Amino acid sequence: MIKKIIFAALLCLPVVAMASSEGYKLDEFKPNVEDKLSLQRGARVFVNYCVNCHSASYMRYSRLQDLGLTEKQIVDNLMVTGEKPVETMTAALRPADAEAWFGVAPPDLTVIARAKEQGPNWLYTYLRTFYRDPSRPTGWNNLVFTNVGMPHALWELQGERVAHYRTEKGHDGKEAHVFDRFETTRPGKMSAAEYDATVKDLVNYLVYMGEPAQTKRKITGIFVIFFLVGLTVLAYYLKKEFWKDIH
Amino acid sequence: MQMLKQLLGWVDDRFPLTATWKEHLSEYYAPKNFNFWYFFGSLALLVLVLQLVTGIFLTMHYKPDASLNAAGVPVAFASVEYIMRDVDWGWLIRYLHATGASMFFVVVYLHMFRGLIYGSYQKPRELIWIFGCFIYVALMAEAFMGYLLPWGQMSFWGAQVIVNLFTAIPFVGEEIGIWIRGDYVISDATLTRFFAFHVAAVPLVLLGLVVMHLVALHEVGSNNPDGVEIKKLKDPVTHIPLDGIPFHPYYTVKDILGVAVFLIVFSVIMFFTPEMGGYFLEANNFVPADPFKTPQHIAPLWYFTAYYSILRAVPPMFDSQFPGVIAMGMAIVVLFLLPWLDKSPVKSIRYRGPIYKWALTLFIVSFLILSYLGTLSTTSGRTLVAQICSVIYFAFFILMPWYTRMDKTKPEPERVTA
Repeated sequence: MIKKIIFAALLCLPVVAMASSEGYKLDEFKPNVEDKLSLQRGARVFVNYCVNCHSASYMRYSRLQDLGLTEKQIVDNLMVTGEKPVETMTAALRPADAEAWFGVAPPDLTVIARAKEQGPNWLYTYLRTFYRDPSRPTGWNNLVFTNVGMPHALWELQGERVAHYRTEKGHDGKEAHVFDRFETTRPGKMSAAEYDATVKDLVNYLVYMGEPAQTKRKITGIFVIFFLVGLTVLAYYLKKEFWKDIH
Repeated sequence: MQMLKQLLGWVDDRFPLTATWKEHLSEYYAPKNFNFWYFFGSLALLVLVLQLVTGIFLTMHYKPDASLNAAGVPVAFASVEYIMRDVDWGWLIRYLHATGASMFFVVVYLHMFRGLIYGSYQKPRELIWIFGCFIYVALMAEAFMGYLLPWGQMSFWGAQVIVNLFTAIPFVGEEIGIWIRGDYVISDATLTRFFAFHVAAVPLVLLGLVVMHLVALHEVGSNNPDGVEIKKLKDPVTHIPLDGIPFHPYYTVKDILGVAVFLIVFSVIMFFTPEMGGYFLEANNFVPADPFKTPQHIAPLWYFTAYYSILRAVPPMFDSQFPGVIAMGMAIVVLFLLPWLDKSPVKSIRYRGPIYKWALTLFIVSFLILSYLGTLSTTSGRTLVAQICSVIYFAFFILMPWYTRMDKTKPEPERVTA
């Protein structure tokens, strides 16, 4: 009886999982760091659009060999400002200048996918919900990160959009301003589907970069657990053999 | 072989090697009826060694330095990422240490629970329990200071909140806060001293306490799930307890099995979900510490959250958090008193009456609810639940002398049962 109560109480505990913060509902994105082509495309977007302002100061260019690239391919295609391959991805923009111009230094992006709860979902949604907002100093706003300091870095790919809102009565009877839809005012180089795919590649890359060893970690884990299962079987029979005369 | 024997004799003439081996392993007689709950002592020792070894390797590459590097990132934070990326197998060592910290508490909590259900703290094992409580406190200090070292947002603000608790002490609080931090806020001075304590001072204390815990245990002998003293009935010729078996080889081979199974659980977590959904490694701690940006929600790691809940459950009085701090402190102090609060004539839960069983169940459920609530932000409803659970937590101890006396116990058997 008591055991059952304890067990039931234990079961109830983790049910209320960590709820995400209030605000816009995140779209789901399942990263796949085994997809090396996607990571390569993502790395290209990252060095072309992100590294101008954001560093990835714990990530060395040479590490991109993980993605199936040779050092020459990395130097020729992914390094634009003449660093050495062993150097880390450092922004052209200096943190002090950025602080003076944008009010805040762009954060380092190396571990950004791990730094948010539901990191991949957050990044995937955030990069797809920029819109024009003339009231902001940069002219841009975002649904996930309200009043974000960053302008839409990928705007030439996605195009420009404005957000339409509608008023809705909430459960408490109060009227609230809720997001209704986007309207494209100037198309970008990519269709909506192409842009989504590009953002997926980029987020995939960010997830990889957050922990480059993650693939090796999982493979190692499988070997280790196989070994331990074998050890458990041996230990079980060893114990049984020793204990057979104990009653 | 003859040479080895001679060598052993040479050593034994100068150091009690064989005698120690016999006293603590091959001729240390443990009850033969240990069950599942008796794995966690040896597992705690295993995790201690794991933490020491991985910790040594981490100190070779970790830099306790809060100043910013050329990229504008604190050196300490960057050095952890350096370990994760550029040190060969560094990610494995770091994850072993981080997962090990949480698993240490898992194992220790289960070990303490074992003590509760089988009355392992009762006479003559009061000192074993006291040393164990000191180990628990030292472990908390070790974990708290270690958590500052990655110098992430949660490291910084968690330390800020906990050290601020000391500043709630009337009159001398401010001074004590500055004395602990070495500064007016958590800073480089705090990081370097916490590093010193984490890698040298507290581990030394821990090791010393573990030795005392084991010496005291081997002096009086192990308890068992029946709570009967095996030393009462000895073989008249050999003087070996009738229900005792030599620790080595019987329990060494059994513990190897326990270790193997434990390492499987450990590996599944560490290799496949090292963050454990944010309970072992929090997302916010992948953001470097920023003294100017307070996170919306600050919570300690899961193993402290029960006490954090008790702290928050006590309302401030006279504009001071101090009563909450006292309650939190008392929640730990009361553990030390347990051997003298329990007036039951029997040790094991097997022979106790229904009152104790209900009291213990309520206590465990309250502790788990408090732990869970401590991970969440407060609402008035949650605070009420936390207050009820805090009262149950303390009532379990304070009322113990009465309900353990009243309880209807069953007679203990002469010998251990299978």
